[in-house]
Amino acid sequence: MDNPIAGRRILKCHVGVGPRVTGTALVTDDNFSARYDLDRIAGVFSRPQHKLAGENYVDRILVVNTAKGGVASAWMLHEMASRGMAPKAILFNRVNPILAQGGALANMALCDRFEDGDITTLIRTGETVTVDPAHGEVIVGD
Amino acid sequence: MQLTEEESAMLHGEMGWPRQWAMEHLLQVGAFFDAESLVPVRQAHMMADTESLGEAGVEFIEKLAACSAKERQVRIPMITDPRGIDFDHYRELGQADWMAELEQRAIDAFRALGILMTDTCINYQTIMPPGRGEHLAFGDTGVVIYCNSVLGAYSNFEGGPSALAAGLTGRAPRYGLHLDENRRATRRFVVDYQPENLAEWGALGALVGRRTGSYWDVPVIEGVTGSPGSDELKHLGAAMASFGSIPLFHIVGITPEAPTLSAVCDPDAIATEPVTEKDFSDFFAGYGNKGDKVDVVVFSAPQLSLLEMAELASLLAGQQVHPDTALLAVTSPVVAADARRMGISGRIEAAGGRVLQGMCFYQSYAREMAEANGWTTLLSNSAKLVNIIGGYGYKPTLASMRDCVASAVSGKIM
Repeated sequence: MDNPIAGRRILKCHVGVGPRVTGTALVTDDNFSARYDLDRIAGVFSRPQHKLAGENYVDRILVVNTAKGGVASAWMLHEMASRGMAPKAILFNRVNPILAQGGALANMALCDRFEDGDITTLIRTGETVTVDPAHGEVIVGD
Repeated sequence: MQLTEEESAMLHGEMGWPRQWAMEHLLQVGAFFDAESLVPVRQAHMMADTESLGEAGVEFIEKLAACSAKERQVRIPMITDPRGIDFDHYRELGQADWMAELEQRAIDAFRALGILMTDTCINYQTIMPPGRGEHLAFGDTGVVIYCNSVLGAYSNFEGGPSALAAGLTGRAPRYGLHLDENRRATRRFVVDYQPENLAEWGALGALVGRRTGSYWDVPVIEGVTGSPGSDELKHLGAAMASFGSIPLFHIVGITPEAPTLSAVCDPDAIATEPVTEKDFSDFFAGYGNKGDKVDVVVFSAPQLSLLEMAELASLLAGQQVHPDTALLAVTSPVVAADARRMGISGRIEAAGGRVLQGMCFYQSYAREMAEANGWTTLLSNSAKLVNIIGGYGYKPTLASMRDCVASAVSGKIM
């Protein structure tokens, strides 16, 4: 049987916010908070219990389960983007309002609600991903 | 999205660039969540600490503040969450002058917008508790979950930019908890253990929040036999929001929308999930470092009420904090003034503690404070704080206020 997540594929999602971008995926089934999980100066996941602890997220297409925690991430995405130390895009199964608001201010590509199921199982770390929020579309593979 | 004539005028720049930016932001967020219209909101509350804002955020606010007074003034009462600095104490905490300078720039810009610098995450205890059914644009997840759940108000989590946009327009996108159909319970938890102190109320919030785990689910809790007060519900909600990103909970027979279970859900349609005494003990054990030296004991997140300040002063009576341990009590400017006037702050300070106001520990450059003071092990009675602070390099432990004080005196985690 063919690997269901091999080769070029198009994943449909809800219309998102931010520009169309292309980058390399960094995937986890863990959740995300800019306040709780990151060393925003170094650009790495810093909370020891996080499944991406130690991983650099700068300019990656971050793929996570959901958003968690407080409201600070809304300002923080904007601050991280201003220093060129932010992910290029974040894809969620389901996002909370804070990250959507933060993506809007930071002009960061951000999408959720994928039609084909759990997005953290549909993309693998290292794959090339193009995120097109205006059309609610994510293209995986070159 | 359906817009009124006034909303269209703001969107098209007829009422100045700040309101135009704000409307564009609200419409982007509203479209993301399929809002069909905007809802008028009566108050806004904004996260405004400079650790979150950064230089870029402060520059953004200053750009708004540079517009004419007519264009830049907020249209509804708007207040702020804790800052990152207590100007009277920042140097002794190891915070740098550049942090205070950035904070002052932010304060100047916010004041130019007409924002009231309340610097508090307990505005529902100290400033103006909302009425039932009142639509709001509140930031700080602890504020939102308390006002929704305990007071029956209607607010989504509004991050700083969206709260600011709401302040400038008097509107928020009508989605999520502004709609009655999204306030029904989707998860049922039954407790067989009654929390006995604030740390245990926080633990209950953490257990329910972690299991629920989605902004879009609403837990209802059954089995609470007493009548929790404002501080208990404050710690319950703050932890639930922190661990699970939860904006609303119900407690049957206690919170206003849940006089009965059937008022918030179809009891036959949702399975019950037990929360046991073992769940509580396992939760505390997860943070256990008994016997370790404790570097800093922190009472914060949420800021302390006047009653918590008084209890802390009483527990410290006749004792001295260990010379190798710092004890910090963090509260709002309103409570700080009362606590000073009543001699409560003086009693905490006489025992070797430090009273800080207008800030919150984790919003105050916690990583830099750890490096400057050599702090690693942290003890608190706030489940919310111990959840957050690990990301800043601390090793946190959760304990009751009584055990926190005993540990601060002995210098070791009791």
